[in-house]
Amino acid sequence: MTTAPALDGKPRAAVDAAQVAVRSRGYWATVALRVRDDKVTIVCGIVLLLIILSAVFADLIALADPYKASMLKRLKPIGTPGYPLGADEMGRDMLTRLIYGGRLSLFMGISPIVIAFAIGGSLGLVAGFLGGRVNMLIMRVMDIFYAFPSVLLAVAISGALGAGIGNAIVSLTLVFIPPITRVTESVTTAVRSLDYVEAARASGAGSLTIIRVHILSNVLGPVFIYATSLISVSIILASGLSFLGLGTEPPEPEWGLMLNTLRQSIYVNPWVAALPGAMIFFTSLTFNLLSDGLRSAMDVRL
Amino acid sequence: MSGGADTRAGGTRSEGAQGAGPQGGGARSGSAAPPLLEVRDLRKHFPVRGGILNRTVAWVKAVDDVDLHVRPGEVLGIVGESGCGKSTTARLLMHLIRADAGRVTFDGALVQADDAAGLREVRRQMQMVFQDSYSSLNPRLPIEETIMFGPKVHGVSAGAARERARELFTLVGLDPAQFIRRYPHELSGGQRQRVNIARALALEPRLLILDEAVSALDKSVEAQVLNLLLALRRELGLTYVFISHDLNVVQYMSDRVLVMYLGKVVEIGPTADIYERMQHPYTEALLSAMPSMDPDRRTERPPLTGDPPNPINPPPGCRFHTRCRFADDVCRRAEPRLAPVQGAGGGTGGDGRGGRDGGNDRNGGNGRNDTGGSHLVACHMRAVGSGHGLAPG
Repeated sequence: MTTAPALDGKPRAAVDAAQVAVRSRGYWATVALRVRDDKVTIVCGIVLLLIILSAVFADLIALADPYKASMLKRLKPIGTPGYPLGADEMGRDMLTRLIYGGRLSLFMGISPIVIAFAIGGSLGLVAGFLGGRVNMLIMRVMDIFYAFPSVLLAVAISGALGAGIGNAIVSLTLVFIPPITRVTESVTTAVRSLDYVEAARASGAGSLTIIRVHILSNVLGPVFIYATSLISVSIILASGLSFLGLGTEPPEPEWGLMLNTLRQSIYVNPWVAALPGAMIFFTSLTFNLLSDGLRSAMDVRL
Repeated sequence: MSGGADTRAGGTRSEGAQGAGPQGGGARSGSAAPPLLEVRDLRKHFPVRGGILNRTVAWVKAVDDVDLHVRPGEVLGIVGESGCGKSTTARLLMHLIRADAGRVTFDGALVQADDAAGLREVRRQMQMVFQDSYSSLNPRLPIEETIMFGPKVHGVSAGAARERARELFTLVGLDPAQFIRRYPHELSGGQRQRVNIARALALEPRLLILDEAVSALDKSVEAQVLNLLLALRRELGLTYVFISHDLNVVQYMSDRVLVMYLGKVVEIGPTADIYERMQHPYTEALLSAMPSMDPDRRTERPPLTGDPPNPINPPPGCRFHTRCRFADDVCRRAEPRLAPVQGAGGGTGGDGRGGRDGGNDRNGGNGRNDTGGSHLVACHMRAVGSGHGLAPG
């Protein structure tokens, strides 16, 4: 939009001339530009993309059948021909199972956050925007959930509902609604009292329009970043539930469950036994670093 | 009475380097034009909650029975220390917060807080510019979108709103080609405040409330924005309520000045009367604290000492008596009422509030609304028969 010719035609004051250097670009273009300069975020993004892509296209890239057991190949070390990352306690190809395991682990880690983001975000927005009694009611209910440590809460709900992927997701969602609600509420409360919201009200806009145009755009960013930082915790918790037998059930490949079943073999073949744990660690680490990188890139004022 | 207003207009304006002072403010204020905005007994007390049960333990009397009126085309300045209720008054006028009591009449029609449609229309005609130029612009919206927001809310099509935004950019001295797609953080403070003014003007209001609109700007930019405001007022026939703590700026901008202290109006009158023939000891103290470029205008008067009393428990009687060097017994007992100044134009003397609830008070005989330059003060010392030792009569 800002073009040099338009300026040449109209000589302006020195103050304005200095502004020509600052070319205006869109918000997301600015964010993209900043991410491009952030090496850590780029690397994390690529690693994460590889993990996700390999999980999605597991059928195409996996070498073997993740369920095919072989008594002869039990606990083969890393580097065995045909078994690049060794074999597990049932003689199944580790690499294949790790790739397939990403599907369930990522699904169980991310979907609770997505659902909690939708529910907690809405609750927090309502509580923050309306304030008063509604705020009090919503936030006190959240405080009740806060009284329990998150791991304990997830285990308790999951245990009460019974084992299974669906129930694990429900329990994790319930664990993540309170923190997301709380963050959304505090951001919304802060944004609501800013002058541009007052100005929007002064121009006669209704609450829904104000939320849509002025509140949402300023609340969603920070909450989104917070939610991405929760994904790492969620993946670990999901794996933890599977580890305890509350999430996926054998023989499904899932990192937490694999960690559990390989537990007995840790003295026989520690390297292979540690692999699912390493996957959990790296995935959650990259999610965390990525969320940090996004946070600094999305802060327009820096 | 209008004579006083006119000489004042000439006198103060010539001080400004601007030959182009505001137009007919003085002339118009002399006529009996009905006020554009009239406020009666405006009150806002904020509850102070405490204790285990979160009960209301006290009230902050932020705005307490404020009366004011603004005539079409004039600039009413509101001055006072921080915390005296200036900004609360502005927000009450805009109906951004709900008043506890009081009647606001805009252009002859009573504004009802419950009447959503009526409020919408009043808000269209009455807009506000805030002090903080950054927080009053949505950081995620290009400034063009911010300006288009108001008209779009009122049903203007996106195309027409965009067209209007471009006109407004030009009007406030920003090149549309260069600025429309910018974000607030890409602008300087002065440019941002110009955008805020454009945003306020987007709905074609008749009255603009400027709440410390230039206070956060540095002096050179402040002067530019003030001159822009004066020029806009001339071109668009706007009326301003100009709130500031900067007495020089208020003097430069205003036709009439209202002085607030702890939620009360202590003095109101034409700018020259307030600045040269101030009646209230508080106004006097306030003005003596005003920095002046002219060495001859320096005074030896002691500046006001101490902080204003806590508005949670305002002192009984006159709220200023704790800091007033003329305080007498009556000041501690009875609250002074706003009454016309003796010998000044317009006033009929006596109680200015008399008979206001009866009949047609706009044209009533109490001399309050139809007296253009009337100078009112709330001080026992200036009231006949108040019992104050220094009172006249």
